[in-house]
Formats: sequence, C-alpha cells, structure tokens
Amino acid sequence: MKYNSLSQNDKKEMLKTIGISSPDKLFDSIPDDIKLKKDLNIPSALSEPETWDTFNELASKNSPETPLSFLGGGAYLHYIPAAVDYLSSRGEFVSPYTPYQAEVSQGTLHLIFEFQTMICQLTGMDISNASLYDGASGAAEAVLMSHRIQRKPKILIPKTLHPHYRQVIQTYTKNLGLEIQEVSYDESGQMDTSELKKKLDKETSAVVCQSPNFFGVIEDLEVISKLAHESDALSISVVAEASSLGILKSPGEMGADIVTGEAQSFGIPLSFGGPYLGFMSCRKDFLRQFPGRISGQTKDVDGKRGFVLTLSTREQHIRRERATSNICTNQALCMLRATIFLELLGKKGMREWAWQNIQKASYANKVLTDIKGVESRFSGQIYNEFVIKTEKKWRQIQEELKKKNIVPGISLEKYYPELKGCGLVCVTETRKKKDIDTLAEAFEDLLKS
Amino acid sequence: MYPDDFHYTKDHEWIQVKGDEATVGITDFAQSQMGDVVYVELPKVGDELDAHQTFGVVESVKAVSDVFSPVAGKVTQVNEGLNDDPEVLNKDPHSKGWIIKLKVKDKSELEELMSASEYEKYLEGLEE
Amino acid sequence: MIRERLIFEISDEGKKGFSFPKLDVPESKTVTENFPLRDEIKDFPQVSELEVVRHFTRLSQTNYCIDKGIYPLGSCTMKYNPKLNEKIAQIPSFLSSHPYSDQEMMQGNLKVLKTMEDLLAEVTGMDAFTSQPAAGAQGELVGMMLIRAYLEAKGDPRKFVFIPDSAHGTNPSSAHICGYKVKEIKSNQQGTVDLDDLEKNMNEDTAAIMITNPNTLGVFENQIKEVSDLVHSQGGLVYMDGANMNALMGICRPGDMGVDVMHLNLHKTFSTPHGGGGPGAGPVGVKSILEPYLPIPRVIKQNNHYLFHSDYPKSIGRIHGFYGNFLVVVKALAYVLSQGPDGLREVSETAVLNSNYIRKSLEKEFHLEYKTPTLHECVFSDKLQKKHQVSNLDIAKRLIDLGAHPPTMSFPLIVHGALMTEPTETESKADLDLFIQAMKQIAKEAEENPEVLKSAPHHSYVRRLDEATAARNPKLRWEP
Repeated sequence: MKYNSLSQNDKKEMLKTIGISSPDKLFDSIPDDIKLKKDLNIPSALSEPETWDTFNELASKNSPETPLSFLGGGAYLHYIPAAVDYLSSRGEFVSPYTPYQAEVSQGTLHLIFEFQTMICQLTGMDISNASLYDGASGAAEAVLMSHRIQRKPKILIPKTLHPHYRQVIQTYTKNLGLEIQEVSYDESGQMDTSELKKKLDKETSAVVCQSPNFFGVIEDLEVISKLAHESDALSISVVAEASSLGILKSPGEMGADIVTGEAQSFGIPLSFGGPYLGFMSCRKDFLRQFPGRISGQTKDVDGKRGFVLTLSTREQHIRRERATSNICTNQALCMLRATIFLELLGKKGMREWAWQNIQKASYANKVLTDIKGVESRFSGQIYNEFVIKTEKKWRQIQEELKKKNIVPGISLEKYYPELKGCGLVCVTETRKKKDIDTLAEAFEDLLKS
Repeated sequence: MYPDDFHYTKDHEWIQVKGDEATVGITDFAQSQMGDVVYVELPKVGDELDAHQTFGVVESVKAVSDVFSPVAGKVTQVNEGLNDDPEVLNKDPHSKGWIIKLKVKDKSELEELMSASEYEKYLEGLEE
Repeated sequence: MIRERLIFEISDEGKKGFSFPKLDVPESKTVTENFPLRDEIKDFPQVSELEVVRHFTRLSQTNYCIDKGIYPLGSCTMKYNPKLNEKIAQIPSFLSSHPYSDQEMMQGNLKVLKTMEDLLAEVTGMDAFTSQPAAGAQGELVGMMLIRAYLEAKGDPRKFVFIPDSAHGTNPSSAHICGYKVKEIKSNQQGTVDLDDLEKNMNEDTAAIMITNPNTLGVFENQIKEVSDLVHSQGGLVYMDGANMNALMGICRPGDMGVDVMHLNLHKTFSTPHGGGGPGAGPVGVKSILEPYLPIPRVIKQNNHYLFHSDYPKSIGRIHGFYGNFLVVVKALAYVLSQGPDGLREVSETAVLNSNYIRKSLEKEFHLEYKTPTLHECVFSDKLQKKHQVSNLDIAKRLIDLGAHPPTMSFPLIVHGALMTEPTETESKADLDLFIQAMKQIAKEAEENPEVLKSAPHHSYVRRLDEATAARNPKLRWEP
C-alpha cells in the first residue's frame, strides 16, 4: 500500500518544472560508490487487508485469553472511560507537530496548561512541565536537575524505588561523575531511615523517595524530606502509581522539592510498557533548572487570552549543550489522554478511585494472608499493592496458577535475592470481589497440596 | 549613540570607569540583536572575575547570550532591578540597564578595548 | 468562534463526568487510619461528560494538523499517518499486554520488536538495532553512551565530540550529558562539513563526530566517506542523526558510508503520528563493534522462540522503564510492511521530487543561501524580504492565513532568517501548489503591502501572541 498522492502526469510535469528527465537525477549529489545497487532485502509490500491480517496473526501469538492478572509494579490496569479514547483519537490532536506555531496550536497549548495545573494541584507544587518520556526517565531527569541545583556529587536512592527506575538513573548519570548510593529497607517495607541518616551528608544533592514504593508500602515522605533538608539536600518524590495522588497527602505538603513519576494510570493502556507518561513538577525557585516543555498564558495583539511554549531558553534547541535536558519530542498524546481522564473523574472521582484501590487491595491482602502458608512480608501501610511470602518459590506458584489462567503478581527474587518466595500482588479497582476470591482459592488449593 | 566615555568589547559589552569603580552592561547593538530580553542571570556581589570571564547570562525569548567581563575585577554591586524589569535592558541599555559594578584590578586592560568610534566602525564591518 | 474557557472556569461543585461501580468488597473505614491523607484536591475540575467532550472538541478545532493540510516543517518529516496503523495499534492483545507478563504469553509482541529491529537494520545497513529509546533525542543519548562505553572499554573515553554548525540542538545537548565537550565544525560554502576544519581539529582526544545526513540544509554530505575515514583513522567513531532518513531509503545506507551508530525517528520517516509532541520512538542502530553495549533488555530469537535477554555485561544498562514505546513500534512496522522495498524507495524519491519542485518554483521569490543541490528539504531565507522589513516570522504567520502550516523557522542557525521547507512524499501536487502560490503571494505582498504580513495572522483563533510577557512573568498554571 502506497500513501503518495502524485499521478504519473503530476510527476512528469514536476520533473519538467525542475528541468530534469528522470527522478534518478535528483540523487546525483550522492557519490556513486555508496549508492545501493540492489533492492532492500525486506518483504514485498502488503495491501491494507494483508497488513491487517499479518498483525492479527502476530497478536494471536500472545496468550489467546486475557488472564486474570494481579500484575502491577509500575504499570497498572485501570478502567479507561470511553470519552478518553474517543476524544484522543481526533486527527486534530493525533496529527499535529509540537505546538511551535502557537496561533494554529491553541488546542494543544491550552490543554497542556490544564494538565500542568492539575499536576500542580495533585502534587502540591508550583510548576509542572508538559510531560517526560516515562516514570523511569523522569526519575533520572529529577536526579540530574537536583545535581544542577546543588552541585554536590552524592544522590541517595532507596532500594524501595522501582528497580527499573534505579537502573535508568544509573544509566543517565554514569558519565557525569555522580555517586549513586542505595538505602536499604526495614521490616515495615519502608526506606530504612536510620541508614538514611548515616548516609546523608553535606555532599548529598538529593534523596529520592518513591511512595507508594515498589512494595506498595506508603513511605513517610514527611520524615524523609525533613532529614534531607537538615543536610541541605533536596527531597525528590517519585510517584509510580499516580492514582494514589487522589487520596494521599500531596508530596508538596510533605516537603518534596521535586515531584516526578509515571502517570500511565491516568487513562493510558498497558501497551506492553509504552508509550506511557512521565510527569514532573517542582517548586518555582527551580524554574530555570526545570527540564521539558512548558505552556504559559499570555495575550495576543487584540488582548485575547492565548498560550505559548515558553521559557524555551532552557531547552536544547536554544541552549544547546547547556540545556537543562536534551528532551525534545515527549509524550503529548498520552498527556492529552491523562488530561481528559482527570477532568472526567474530577475532584470527587479521584478520591473515590483511590479509595476503591485501597479497599480492594486491603481486602485481598486480608483474604490471602488468612490462608495458612501465606504471610505478609512487610508491616507497613499499603496502597494497592502488597508483598506476600509463601514456602514455595514464586516462580512455581506462577506456573501452577497459569493453568487456571491466573497471573498472581510479580516475582521479587530477581530484583531482591533476599526476598525468596515473595511476590508483589496488585489489586486495582478493576478487580471484582469474585476475582480476588478466585485468586485466594487458587492459593489455598495450591498450598494445601 | 555610543557614549564616548565608555570602552567596548567585541562581544558587545560596554564598560565605564570612574575612579576604581567600573559599570558594565551590554550595548544597544547587543540588545537589538537579542530582541525582547526576558531574564538576566546576575553574579554574586564579591565574585572575582578575570578579563573575558562569563559573569552572567542574558535571555530573550529565542536566544541566550553570555555576558563577559571586559576587564578583571571584583563585583561590588549588581543591578537587582533587572530581576523584576528585564526589559530595561532593551529600553535603556547604556544607563538604567547596567548589569554589574566592578572594582577594577588593572586599568591597563582597558587599553585593549575599543573606543566608541572604533566600536561603531566594528559594527559597520559586521553589518556587511 | 466560541472563546473556549479553561475547564476550571466552567467547573462547579458536585458535577461528575464518570461514576465508579459500588464497592463490592467489605469497606473498612479504619484501614486508612494511619495514612497520610490529603484534604480534597483544591480547585480540581468538576464537570459533566458532555462538557468534557465539547471542551476537547472545540479545542481540537483550533489546531492545525496533517489531516487538514500541508505541513512542510523542515527536518520534522510531517507525512501522512496511515489510518490502518492506528487501527492495528488498537488490537486488544497489544493494548492490554502488561509489561511484566510471562514472555511465553507475549510471543507476538516480542516478534513485533525483533522483526522491526531486523528490518531497520536492513534499511540502514547497520548490524543491530534497539527499539528501546522513546524519542530521537533519547536515541541520540543512547548512541553517544554506546560510543563512550566502547571507548572506555578500550582504555580512554576521550574528551571531545565534533558537531557541525548546522546540527540540531539535541546533538550538543546529548553529547554533553555523556560527559563530552562539544567542538563545533564549520560548514563550507557548499553547506557541508568543512573537511579541512575537521582535519585540523581531529586528534586522539576526539571521541566522535555527530553528523546529520542529509544535513539540515537538505544537502547530502557527499564527503561522508572521507569524513568517516578521517575520524576512524584516529580511533574515533561516527554518529549519524537519522532525522532526515526520509531522503535515503532504498537509495543508500548509512551503514555503507562508515557510520558506526545512528538513530531513526519512527515519528518522522516511518509515519507514526507526532501527536502534538509525542509519543515518538528513536531506535538506535549500530555496527557489530558496538552491539555488546546496547541497552538491556534485548529481544533475541532462539529456536523460533522470542525472549528478552539481559545478560550483556558490557551493556550501558536500561534507558526506559520497560521496552520503549511499543505501540509506536507496532505502527511503524505496519508502515514498513505496507511499503515493501519498492515502496520505501518510492517514498524517498517522491519526497525529494516534491522538495525540489518547491525549491525550483520559489527560487526567484526567495533567497537560497546555499545553491548546492538538495534532497528532501531546502532552506530558503528572508533575505529578499528583509529589504521591506519583512522577516521570516512575518512570512510564517502569513502562511497561516493562506491555509498552509509554516516551514521550520530560524533553523539551521547558519542561515539567517531561515525557512526550512520539507513537504514529504505524501502531499498531492494540488497541495504543493497551494503552498507555492501562498509563498509567491507573500513575496508580492512583501513588496507591495508589507503591513499585511507584519500584522499576520489575521484569521486564526488567536493572533500574534506576546511571547516576551509570557517569559518575563511566567503564568504556568491556572489559579482562581
């Protein structure tokens, strides 16, 4: 299938205008010895129906039936209101470029402004950008930003931070002379604050804290921020499950200086890990060091309200090697989905949503740990995920439950060798009571035998 | 246009010396090239500067430009007014739009700078 | 036209746009007793579903988009986004795949990634690809990290990266994050890298050159072989920014020109929609010497079976939370399979034809700083219009009135008052002519009635906006 729109006549006429006889001549500036002398060795073109069939065939190689899944760990299954898909598939949103020409991009700029406002309201911060790639690179950008502000070599990150986020931070900072130190967790599943106290010193630029953390445990961000500030370090809050912002005290209220995270929960499908939606907000003092695009309000020559991309001098296309980040294209369409999602749920809906996540997870935690042979691994307060431990290897549990088309959660041993037999179970509002009971029964059957 | 009692650099800064103290800013040509100035990053009072050292940044909507110290010296004052009112740099670059005051270390360094007429000639060369 | 208000301004207590089912588990009021709970989210919107639908529908109508008309943004490759690819990306099994799912149950997804990586390697002549980077800039960053890791393993990461003065701003920024100092290399009179300048500067402190080919003037770097031989002779590597790959598909391949590592933008060359600023994808291709350093996890095929593999001790590590922008890769793969080898070649041929048609049609009215032949884009300037005090900004804004999106402005930096124009292959002759006629009219207006340009646009939803005030007194969120 070709998507070009020229007829043979058009081509002839255009070649005539240009003054050449054949399109090959257009490539005369390319030296002959590097020209490709053969066809590309890729499959021949498919028509639309053939392409469609090919992909349905590919998709069918995934598991044929959607399993009853309790997977979370930075990617969450939530219900997506119909209006999100409907509105976000409009060509006027899908097919424009980045809104550099403000006069013909007011739709995008306006909704970025609304997104920024809601991110500020949710995180308790002064300013927000228009999005980053995802939660992991957001965490890395926040670390780089704190280092630009503080100019001190050490960054403390907890082991309760998503393991992939920790890895991405390592990758991003490797060549900049930063020292990334990890802080362990205690029996509650929270960051070990006594270890944090020991590691914090005057050389520390920032302390990172994810809450709810990778174990689903709610951290005491207030205490962690206070400790950070006492050592003249910044407090970076990472939110990997953004629905929690609907009910938990905002990171800003708890002393965070920079808030970043993953907003996939706001109306973005699981999509095998991407595209997702990184977000970032901070206190206004740090505006000049803030990465990413920002929409700002202004007026046109007639005095009408309008929006523009502003403070661009922070960005790579102007400041080049001294830019606050190299980020350029980011996740605008995902940001649009999140904006629609948040406006549909609204003030009351956000709280109800978070409340249901807490209630379902709490119920699931209770019925599972009531089973003989299943115990809670950590004592801390949980949001919509929790860690349980059994005598069996989690891998084995996964294999057994797979036969019943149930996916019980993520095995933690790969990331935490000390957490043998531990699994991370996620229960969002989409899981019904009967789903949770089915999971519990499956565990009971398995552990009986 | 360009005051005779100023000295000028090729990077379009001006310096006016009175006794040991000098005032430094950017020239009218510089501000007109930048367009609407939106932000000025100032040094701290007490900073020691070498000649040609960057001491600040001037930002317009679409451009960023370093500002260099024409001579060596110690910063004695910065124009805080630029924080709230950066457009002064556009409106009055040679007076109210001054950026820093310096205690000059070595006045002989001024000899390497251009006079007003030399600077104007230099600008003519750039226009071509 | 209705002036669309901010959602916060139409919000009122108690309105709802969505309702949750009744909680079906026993509710425990005490479970949150020790939680740090927030008060209600102050000033958060409360609106009905219809209000949300009208709000976004009206907002959408103030956007220009590729579905509406020609969008000749240079180096951005704003081509048509086939609707089939959008439909394919909505296949439930792709949409609902959890990234932590058992790999056995994700064989289709893994095959998508692996197939795409292999096809991109063939199109570019590279040995291996990773589809993990989420955008071109992240791809660049990965590319430079690979170079650094490779040189470090050889004993010395080196200090400098050479970047031509015509390069995109992400290049120096990416090099900087990898701990390199940037040295700018001049362009010669043809608008290509000045080989003498490069030779003068090249030594064993140089890690790499980052080169865009065709460069941002649309000119093919015809000495690319000499450039890469020179850099290689001193142990450096060649990075190619593949943003302009739309000119070269099936014509020639970076891998055959001495390029060691490059990125592609799937949201440019491979037709995935730009979405008003993402999501894109920036896969990175390498020659085999750099393959051990690629980000993990990688997708491999063993005995007709696909799996993620992470055991690469030399890898630079992970760059994305999961596996990159998977759905974008799905769409781009659908594009490549639809095109086939002939189709891809025809894409590039037509893109270059369209661009040269515009160039030829406007060369009398608009100044071309470089007369060198160009491929998929060309860079006009406002030099002739400047005589009438008309700038590239005025030209751009007037185009909005005349029904076309403006070209990329003020870039590359080596052309003063630049209008970088890339029509892409998908435009019809009628739409190319619409753009040409509009530009001709503007050239005429510049002479006869420059005021109409300086006060443009006249018919858009908003007129020229005060960017200086926006930056001086930033208002970045709504407040009651």
